[in-house]
Amino acid sequence: MASKLTRANGAGWLMAGPGVLLMATFIILPFFLAFAFSLTNQRLASPNPTEYVGFSNYSDLLGLAVFRLEPERDDAGEVLRDDDGVIEYPRLRNFTRNNDAYPHLDGKREWFSWQSGEDRMVVLASDVVFVRALLNTFLFVIVVAPLQAACALGLALLINQKLRGISFYRALYFMPVVVSIVVVSLLWKFIYSPGDGLLNNVLGFLTFGLFQPHDWLGDPGTALGSIMAMSIWQGVGFHMVIWLSGLQTISPTLYEAAEIEGASKRQTFRYVTWPGLRNTAVLILIVITMQAFALFAQVDVMTGGGPLDSTQVLVFQAVERGYGRQDISGGSAISVILFVVVLCISLIQRYLTREKT
Amino acid sequence: MASISPDNHGLRLVTRYAVLTLVAVIFVFPLLFMVMSSLKPDTQLLNDTSSLRAFLPVGDISLDNYSAAFERAPIGAFVLNSVLITGATVLLTLFVCSLAAFSFVFLDWSGKAVIFSILLATLIIPYETIFIPLLLMASQLPWIGGDGFEIGWLNTYRVQIIPFIADGLTIFLFVQFFRDLPRELIEASRVEGASWWLIYRRIVMPLSGPVIATAAILKFLFMYNQYLWPLMVVQDESIRPVMVGLGYFTDQLNVPWGEVMAYLTLITVPVLAFYLSLQRVFISSVASTGVKG
Repeated sequence: MASKLTRANGAGWLMAGPGVLLMATFIILPFFLAFAFSLTNQRLASPNPTEYVGFSNYSDLLGLAVFRLEPERDDAGEVLRDDDGVIEYPRLRNFTRNNDAYPHLDGKREWFSWQSGEDRMVVLASDVVFVRALLNTFLFVIVVAPLQAACALGLALLINQKLRGISFYRALYFMPVVVSIVVVSLLWKFIYSPGDGLLNNVLGFLTFGLFQPHDWLGDPGTALGSIMAMSIWQGVGFHMVIWLSGLQTISPTLYEAAEIEGASKRQTFRYVTWPGLRNTAVLILIVITMQAFALFAQVDVMTGGGPLDSTQVLVFQAVERGYGRQDISGGSAISVILFVVVLCISLIQRYLTREKT
Repeated sequence: MASISPDNHGLRLVTRYAVLTLVAVIFVFPLLFMVMSSLKPDTQLLNDTSSLRAFLPVGDISLDNYSAAFERAPIGAFVLNSVLITGATVLLTLFVCSLAAFSFVFLDWSGKAVIFSILLATLIIPYETIFIPLLLMASQLPWIGGDGFEIGWLNTYRVQIIPFIADGLTIFLFVQFFRDLPRELIEASRVEGASWWLIYRRIVMPLSGPVIATAAILKFLFMYNQYLWPLMVVQDESIRPVMVGLGYFTDQLNVPWGEVMAYLTLITVPVLAFYLSLQRVFISSVASTGVKG
């Protein structure tokens, strides 16, 4: 296409310049700075010069160790037990605090443990809260991505009917999407209130009073699940619309052919609709996954990471470090981890759902 | 549609609408609850949750929560800040990104292909992963303004606007739209001696209504709903946007729920009204972000 008419180096640069320059400064540069800072001890404001520290930010976050804790024994070599017959162990801190014989345990804390004969196996982590955050984030993504995609598909099929007034319903289903997640979080925090909260009352009403009021956000067992449910409620309309545009690309002649062949509804979906949605499915999974990994506002507004760290997630941790403790390097390391995870997951999803030839 | 016997048809239709309505209740009632609660005193608010009254404007209805909320927090300033920040960013985005896309589509210049693919690649970077280094940058960037030269962008309007002017998605949306415009039109104008700037302003932009609406709506939603970034970079209350202003209500020991609901309603209902009046455009805008796969 390069003709004399469109050849214009000066004008081309001049017109693309502002956009390119802004993106280079505010997206591409900080992206690479995250990698750079994560290898230093950079702080938001510090009188000391920044130093290169290698991968210590990462090992401070991800360091794990397994340790076999042997029981205390008396002089005869017998295992010591307390009055209830429970085996007595030396204190873990004897090994993790300034013990030169165990340098790899230094500063680590117990994450969880299990019994192995007379010994106790302890898994230690450099940063127990961060490990929880990492796992919670994965859990959030693993539950929310397929569930939200499936709900959105269900809604899309529901809204794809030819009925009078259907666009009115579509508008209603989409409504929460345009509402800020911060507003939604605060609203649902109220709905989830313990005791006389709206959700408790609605559930009580639907079960004729059988349902016992629950402290949804105060119970470590249900806090993350409550955030998941609310996030799906808020975002599902968005993905419904993307499914819908996928559904509408499927040629009506295929449906006519299926009808002539006498296909049942289920068969039509299985052999006509679903194969036609392949690309949409990949796209939706990637979009939801990326959004789910970025989970922050819900946690910040509703639980602050609690109770008992049950709703700690990656972005919340990155903010707590980078902003709260002004530890730019630690926050950057979490950002890099987040980016690498997002990248890997979208590559895996693309691979798993690739066109099979 | 499938052949259905006439007597069955009516029943099926009713079932379909019943299902559609039931699902709609799930999406609408929490928002309805928010609006209704904003009109009730706190004591009644909690009692009403045990019945359908929660969704009805009944009992002691007043705007007291609104006036109390205005007394508690500088809501007027928050709203003004949000309008200013969102409006400025949307306008600048439309200009900068459409201009860049115009250059990418219609002009030939060296390095274009490489730069464009780099910009496209940034689509995979979530903002959440660059905010921490961006925070440090913002604290040390220079600026020449009315007060002369200064260091640091924290606690300013510019730190809430300038980083969000150019983004890959908006440029990409414009590029896709421009590619479908007739090239002959542009080349003919070049032959007649029109400058690139004139072609952009007089020919291409007037034809770009739909993509301008899409880009504006997406940017509007993103900017108005921003939370994390202003939370980190703006401590000065006089320039905070509405979402961060919520802290005024939630940092209390006893959260004044009636006032909270009033504030939430106040900052949400205008957006919802805007959405409902333009819902087709809104929905197709969001759907268009789905074409990039």
